[in-house]
Amino acid sequence: MTTLNLLEIMRNPIIASVLASVACGIVGTYVVVKRLVFISGGISHASFGGIGLGYFFGVDPVFGALVFAPIAAVTMGVITRRTKLAEDTAIGILWAIGMAIGILFVYLTPGFAPDLMSYLFGDVLFVSSHQMILMAILDIVIVLVIFSLYKELLAISFDEEFSTAAGLPAERLYLALLCLIALTVVVLIRVVGIILVIALLTIPAAMARQFTHDFKKIMLLSIFLGIVFTQAGLWLSYPLDWPTGATIILVAGGLFLISFFALQRLRHA
Amino acid sequence: MEDTEARISHGRLTRRGGIEGDSGLFAAGHGGSMSDEIVRLEDVWVHYDGVPALEAVNLSINQDDFMGIIGPNGGGKTTLLKVILGLLKPKRGKVLVLGNPPDKMRRFTGYVPQYSLFDHDFPISVYEVVLMGRSGQRKMFRQYTKEDESLAVGVLKEVGMLNFKDRQIGKLSGGEQQRVFVARALVTQPKILLLDEPTASVDTQMRAGFYDLLGRLKQRMAIVLVSHDIGAVSTHVDTIACLNRKLFYHGSKEISPEVLEAVYQCPVDLIAHGVPHRVLGKH
Repeated sequence: MTTLNLLEIMRNPIIASVLASVACGIVGTYVVVKRLVFISGGISHASFGGIGLGYFFGVDPVFGALVFAPIAAVTMGVITRRTKLAEDTAIGILWAIGMAIGILFVYLTPGFAPDLMSYLFGDVLFVSSHQMILMAILDIVIVLVIFSLYKELLAISFDEEFSTAAGLPAERLYLALLCLIALTVVVLIRVVGIILVIALLTIPAAMARQFTHDFKKIMLLSIFLGIVFTQAGLWLSYPLDWPTGATIILVAGGLFLISFFALQRLRHA
Repeated sequence: MEDTEARISHGRLTRRGGIEGDSGLFAAGHGGSMSDEIVRLEDVWVHYDGVPALEAVNLSINQDDFMGIIGPNGGGKTTLLKVILGLLKPKRGKVLVLGNPPDKMRRFTGYVPQYSLFDHDFPISVYEVVLMGRSGQRKMFRQYTKEDESLAVGVLKEVGMLNFKDRQIGKLSGGEQQRVFVARALVTQPKILLLDEPTASVDTQMRAGFYDLLGRLKQRMAIVLVSHDIGAVSTHVDTIACLNRKLFYHGSKEISPEVLEAVYQCPVDLIAHGVPHRVLGKH
């Protein structure tokens, strides 16, 4: 195969990975700093319901997730905030319900669901161009929302109660943040899949936060690290013929562990 | 003169609210005319899962009050502050801040929450924390203005923390953090400052300086501070209220032994929360 051919094949996956890195770097910073990892896991798994519905109604499963994931996010947010149900219990229940809906509708859909695995574990090599357009649009939405609500989201992330006392609609802002997580999940589905989304929402930001205490710098560094992880995983998986999503996560996780323990040693030396 | 005013104000309350009160229950610190009243609670009840946290609380706070509220843990001190801030809606009764519902009056109430309740690793600078106080003043989707920034610098200077402006908040000592949180509450230029256990994490050395700061601030605004540290509170505030679900307010300016004794006569379990000194005499 010529280099030109290889670049041809890799062009879409490279662009898709960069688009994914932007979303997960920005939103992942809130996920890590505000400790929303578990609810993010819940949102991403529950969005499988949307994949199933997409199959059933014959539309692109990613569009199914685009509708379903924000609904799942708001439902989780409202139930954990307004009922007496313990937060992790509520998330666990909705996590499972969402996945069960997905499995049921995939079952009810006549015929095969041949690329089902790619939505669970990602397969960026086969990302379609309209999926990439959707990813780009969602990136723009995420960047615009964060840009315009930066001070409000920072305030509720640091201290929700004080923010309310200062006059901010803290609960609505929290729900907006959960919706941004849902949109990020949709952006990431083709790259690493629903099951592995949580890794890209946490690892870049967790690693970036070791190097700076500036919120905006954590976001920028997370985006950069996301690009490094996804590109490394992509270029490693292709010649080895490994699953791309899993390779990306293993690269990210491996580099995170190395940097974490190296920094620990440095600081205690 | 002051006594007369206090009685007049008490009489007014009784007439308007029909509230039964014993001597001085509503006595204001001093003054007491209508326009000076910042906060007014009438027959406020709060329940958590059916368990009462506040019972029939009546309170009037005037603009020149510097009030300490003492009481045992679980006595409803934080709950009372949250009611004034509009964070908790009472099951029954009326809460007014400057004559309006508290959730409409948030720019006039400055809140310094209990220190321990924040993530010390949070990536945020002292300056950003103080600016947060302005976030509710600005329209959503807007950036902070020059006015916000100069106010933030001003209050940081006032609490003596301007040099720490760019430090991460978690890296400061307990006393320094507390000053930053006071600055965050002051940046909206409130008419009342509400502090929840403000000196719990402040070491003894910094404590005196902290009360000096409050002493300066009380020229400009009403201050209510809640604490179970009876000794510290009683030496610095002007009036003391005592809260154990029910509120006992003796409205006194001077902390004489008689007043202390009067305060301790309310049903506060002194032994359980350990007063380390013998201010009680024959109790």
